[in-house]
Amino acid sequence: MLTILFDGVAYGMLLFILAIGLAVTLGLMNFINLAHGAFAMAGGYITVLFMQHAGLPFLLCVPLAFVFTAVLGALLEVTLYRRMYNKPHLDQVLFSIGLTFMAVAGVDYFVGSTQQLVQLPEFLKGRTELWDGALGMGHYRLAIIAVCAALTVALQLLLVRTRFGAQLRAAVDNQRVAAGMGIDVNRVFLITFAVGSGLAGLGGALGAEVLGLDPVFPMKFMIYFLIVVAVGGTSGLTGPLLAALLLGIADVAGKYYIPKLGAFIVYSLMIIILMWRPQGLFSRGSK
Amino acid sequence: MSSAAKSLAALAKPRWWEFALWAVLLCLPFGLPSHALLISEITIIALFAMSLDLILGYSGIVSLGHAAFFGMGAYTAALFAKHINPDPLLGLAVAGAVTAVLGAVCSLSVLRGSDLTRLMVTLGVALLLQELANKLDFITGGADGLQGVVMGPVLGRFEFDLLGQTAAWYALCVTLLVFLLLHQVVQSPFGFSLKTIRDNPLRAQAIGISVHARLMAVYTLAAALAGLAGGLQAQTTGFASLDVFGFDRSADVLLMLVIGGTGWLWGGIIGAVVFKTLHSLISAWTPQYWTFWLGLFLVLLMLLGRERLLRPWTWGRRT
Repeated sequence: MLTILFDGVAYGMLLFILAIGLAVTLGLMNFINLAHGAFAMAGGYITVLFMQHAGLPFLLCVPLAFVFTAVLGALLEVTLYRRMYNKPHLDQVLFSIGLTFMAVAGVDYFVGSTQQLVQLPEFLKGRTELWDGALGMGHYRLAIIAVCAALTVALQLLLVRTRFGAQLRAAVDNQRVAAGMGIDVNRVFLITFAVGSGLAGLGGALGAEVLGLDPVFPMKFMIYFLIVVAVGGTSGLTGPLLAALLLGIADVAGKYYIPKLGAFIVYSLMIIILMWRPQGLFSRGSK
Repeated sequence: MSSAAKSLAALAKPRWWEFALWAVLLCLPFGLPSHALLISEITIIALFAMSLDLILGYSGIVSLGHAAFFGMGAYTAALFAKHINPDPLLGLAVAGAVTAVLGAVCSLSVLRGSDLTRLMVTLGVALLLQELANKLDFITGGADGLQGVVMGPVLGRFEFDLLGQTAAWYALCVTLLVFLLLHQVVQSPFGFSLKTIRDNPLRAQAIGISVHARLMAVYTLAAALAGLAGGLQAQTTGFASLDVFGFDRSADVLLMLVIGGTGWLWGGIIGAVVFKTLHSLISAWTPQYWTFWLGLFLVLLMLLGRERLLRPWTWGRRT
């Protein structure tokens, strides 16, 4: 019971880190980016390739995954995404589906379609049992929770305490007024997009072992990222965090207790929540 | 008759080239008997795309899960033929009716919320149904698909042949009937009210259009037509499998509609023809990685602006 809760929390934290970039892009630029999962996949593959071919240790590869996907995100923002911000949602959806298709086929071509395995370092492989096995904690999952929690706190501080955070919040609330006050909105967009992509890459690197990594990763988890954002809303970190935790626990518990129903519970929950509160469960209400 | 009513009536009249084009289409199974299977396949997708156009192009609802209704229609038609009655037309009617009911229920979920919410809910419904079809394997055959569907002859006279000529005719005739129906629907006051809602829901409400009732009606109609397409597919191939609900199918049909142009009835048909032709050309050249080129095409199309695809004379201009 506690073990399931623990696994669910770890899963949820991972989903949060993976999806938070999407929440920001959506809240800031009102851009529906279905290709977000592709950045997560890029992070996962960067980790795997560096470990296999360059022999770098896992702990070094994870930050590298962040850096590389952030740079990739920044490049794509400047060259492609920027042109799509003012287009209708339908165009944005099709554009990002197109990018996803390209990423899936590209990875398939260069790396192959087989599932990639991540060799964890020895000290992360163990498992600790508490209270006579009532709570079993995998060390790696414990590490995921710790890293993700630290990141969440850091993001919250960045958002609330720094000058950049204030600019970002201003731009989210009203882009035109923010630009009028002398905030370089394009720069804010660029940095935010890069960090969001980088976080997705980091999540992909951390999650490669838990979620599995193959070329169809962006398709498989797209719906999960979208659930986190749609249910959690885009007005702050708390909403997506709670939504991600809820989703993680519901998914793990659902698969454990009622494996026959599988993903059924998650989808129905999502539909009901969105019908009940179309703006998201934790949003400030309709704008 | 007032001048406004006259100009609307003139719009509603089919053009001569539409008759000509349909005449050509109906002759195709004669002219290209070896491609009859492909013809019926394209026709069915064109019908599916037309049904999506009704909610996307005319009413402005972005859906990523239209395959839900296609799949429901396919399974309904297949199961009906297998267990109750092999008559195709009866089965098709049942498939349409069942998906209409499903569409009416689902229409409640797309009334409120932003584009993102609608995307999510429609996608969620499709995934839900796919999961359901997968788990209810004692009815649907699960991941193996529903096999052994044997259809009776159409109208009691025309047997389905191996070449697929009957199937192509059958699909073409159904699609023509739907086309004629939609031609009336979109030029009716109801059709114009839909476009008003698409362009500005708030104003539509303000001039006395009941937005919710109209959206529910059009969503139900679109669902029923998608169900017909699914039913046709199951009947002409004698098979229904889980991929009828797939995300790829919903995304592909969206792409076709965008290629052909949203908001006019020929858009779905042209899009389906172009998409399928592209598909067979590219996959003949590189079968495994054709989605890469599809993706590249999508990205470029969206960057350059999809309106311009249909207007070659604007290609040279800057946006």
